[in-house]
Amino acid sequence: MTPQMLIYIVVALTFALYIGIAIWSRAGSTRDFYVAGAGVHPLTNGMATAADWMSAASFISIAGMIAFAGYDGSVYLMGWTGGYVLLALLLAPYLRKFGQYTVPDFIGERYYSSAARVVAVVCLIFICFTYVAGQMRGVGVVFSRFLEVEITTGVVIGMAVVFFYAVLGGMKGITYTQVAQYCVMICAYLTPAIFVSLLVTGNPAPQLGLAAEVQDGSGLRVLEKLDQALVDLGFAPYTDGSKSMIDMFTITLVLMAGTAGLPHVIVRFFTVPKVSDARKSAGYALVFIALLYTTAPALAAFARLNFIDTVNNTAYQQAPSWVKTWEDIGLIAWLDKNEDGRMQYAAGAPFEGAPEFATGRGEHGQKLVDNTPLDNANEVYVDRDIIMLASPEIANLPPWVLALVAAGALAAALSTAAGLLLVISTSISHDLLKKTLRPAINEKQELFYARIAAALAVCFAGYLGINPPGFVAQVIAFAFGLAAASLFPAIFLGIFVRNMNREGAIAGMLSGLLLTAGYIIYFKFINPTASTPDNWWLGISPEGIGSIGMVVNFAVAFSVSRFTAQPPEHVKALVDDVRIPSGAGVVHGH
Amino acid sequence: MPDTPDTNNSEPAVYHHQADNLPAHGAHDDEVLTEAHAQAYWRANIRLLLTLLAVWFTVSYGFGILLVDWLNRFSLFGFKLGFWWAQQGSIYVFVILIFVYVVLIGRIDRRFGVDDDDTDNKQQGEQQ
Repeated sequence: MTPQMLIYIVVALTFALYIGIAIWSRAGSTRDFYVAGAGVHPLTNGMATAADWMSAASFISIAGMIAFAGYDGSVYLMGWTGGYVLLALLLAPYLRKFGQYTVPDFIGERYYSSAARVVAVVCLIFICFTYVAGQMRGVGVVFSRFLEVEITTGVVIGMAVVFFYAVLGGMKGITYTQVAQYCVMICAYLTPAIFVSLLVTGNPAPQLGLAAEVQDGSGLRVLEKLDQALVDLGFAPYTDGSKSMIDMFTITLVLMAGTAGLPHVIVRFFTVPKVSDARKSAGYALVFIALLYTTAPALAAFARLNFIDTVNNTAYQQAPSWVKTWEDIGLIAWLDKNEDGRMQYAAGAPFEGAPEFATGRGEHGQKLVDNTPLDNANEVYVDRDIIMLASPEIANLPPWVLALVAAGALAAALSTAAGLLLVISTSISHDLLKKTLRPAINEKQELFYARIAAALAVCFAGYLGINPPGFVAQVIAFAFGLAAASLFPAIFLGIFVRNMNREGAIAGMLSGLLLTAGYIIYFKFINPTASTPDNWWLGISPEGIGSIGMVVNFAVAFSVSRFTAQPPEHVKALVDDVRIPSGAGVVHGH
Repeated sequence: MPDTPDTNNSEPAVYHHQADNLPAHGAHDDEVLTEAHAQAYWRANIRLLLTLLAVWFTVSYGFGILLVDWLNRFSLFGFKLGFWWAQQGSIYVFVILIFVYVVLIGRIDRRFGVDDDDTDNKQQGEQQ
């Protein structure tokens, strides 16, 4: 059997499994569709949350981001796990007690205002679509590399699968599919990591291998060797940062608060039976997430080391086959500046921007690039996304590992896409139609609209996957910044500050939003060349500005609420009720 | 089918007051919980949250970012200590923190008689 055949079979089997689960667990009511009947076991929900949360970006990109950022990459590790502490301690149990279906539901009821609900819906839809676009790009990359089909075909297949189980199964279908997807994903991540760790250090646990001695007789430990190799090539040492402390601090804060405020994660905690289950569930989720997030830095360091070893100063014609495979897809490029036929890898970008390939091949058989070369020794362009996907090839692992990685990357992308699409469709059918525009519709109609909205959202996401907007990477900063500056403070204040009123919350959300959005739009879209630490306010990058937005949100909310009328008694009673765990079995208000 | 019994049971939850002897006055929602009692529970909860969040802040922002250069002078199993906190240690502590919270808040819930174990939803989660 050829390796290609093996990949087809493994991917087809996993897809069949997801569809089988979807048929077995399809939704019968809006309650099933929105919150899986609120009857999911906390362990099951933890696993589903982990799959929901760990996107194509986590699976494909995080190891690569750390590999090329070293210590600076810690912001993602701490930010995307530490948010679960906030979620478990400050939000999830109380929102479960509140017991409705969506995040805008809570904001609308708590602040007795349709305006607040609509602001929340707008934030939510923006955040979710930003994210979905990224997932579909992931699906496209995986399909074009591993299944050798056109990106368009790949995205359409992915859409069809998601459509099937999200539209049919709703939250219930998604939950049980996500459990299967988590299992596929984590096996696919750990297997190459364990192999690589064994190869490099002889230690099977990547978390320990990261600091073990390299088995090359040098007596150096992995991180020491990596620091040394990078310094020799003109990079900063791997274990030292280049970001300023305030930037590290604010970015980590944005990622944490943003994680806690992401609607597709929060809504997962509405699916467990009780408040205490919501707390446990967040703990389980973090265990499952930590399994991947503590492995990623190890995989990153091994991959960077292997990459330098195999690529730097290697003659292009002798380069391993994966270099050429990824070059064909355009994620690696080589520009022979000194015309010696060897690939020199050093600090700095080899040329301006992403590679634009010319027609024809160079004298060594390499793809030619049209970009303007930059004045440094580096000749190699490498996209960080290949680090994880190429790790089985870089380490020469058997073909079935590659097949597993392909299936794992697809599982990561599909599980997150499905979770996001569900949140989008729920907020349209429930928050916009049922609760705002057309309160007269009955449950059956609401379910029908939810399915229509899910179908439309799938199509729109597919469109974004086939025609990816060039700014996907930039808008990810937006998604977290907005969640941190708008949704997180509004929910937090709604639970912990009994006297917070409608005026305070809306003013807070809007000021946090405007500040964050304005800063990001200015530096990312209007004047991207000015985006340097010297021009940033207090040295805070656009990625980190959401934390200032959050502080502003809190400050404005407190000031405005002090000078305006207190919330009505029934809202205060709602807050009191949310704070007490007992009696959450009944979902009220419907 | 992962079918579960319907959670729409209409039995109101019963609060048990065990640790303190506050009488069970009707407060709001026909439920028996005095305001002073609810406030005492909330204060205990906030105290717990502040303690745990202090740890959360220390291991990530403290050890991983603010003190990283100083900690990097020490070594742990071949890791620079600050680097280890930023890329490994803080994540392990986060996991532990949530489970510590689950256990401690569970005790506080029972002490104030506001835990949710007394409803018949209990078996539901475990059936699956």
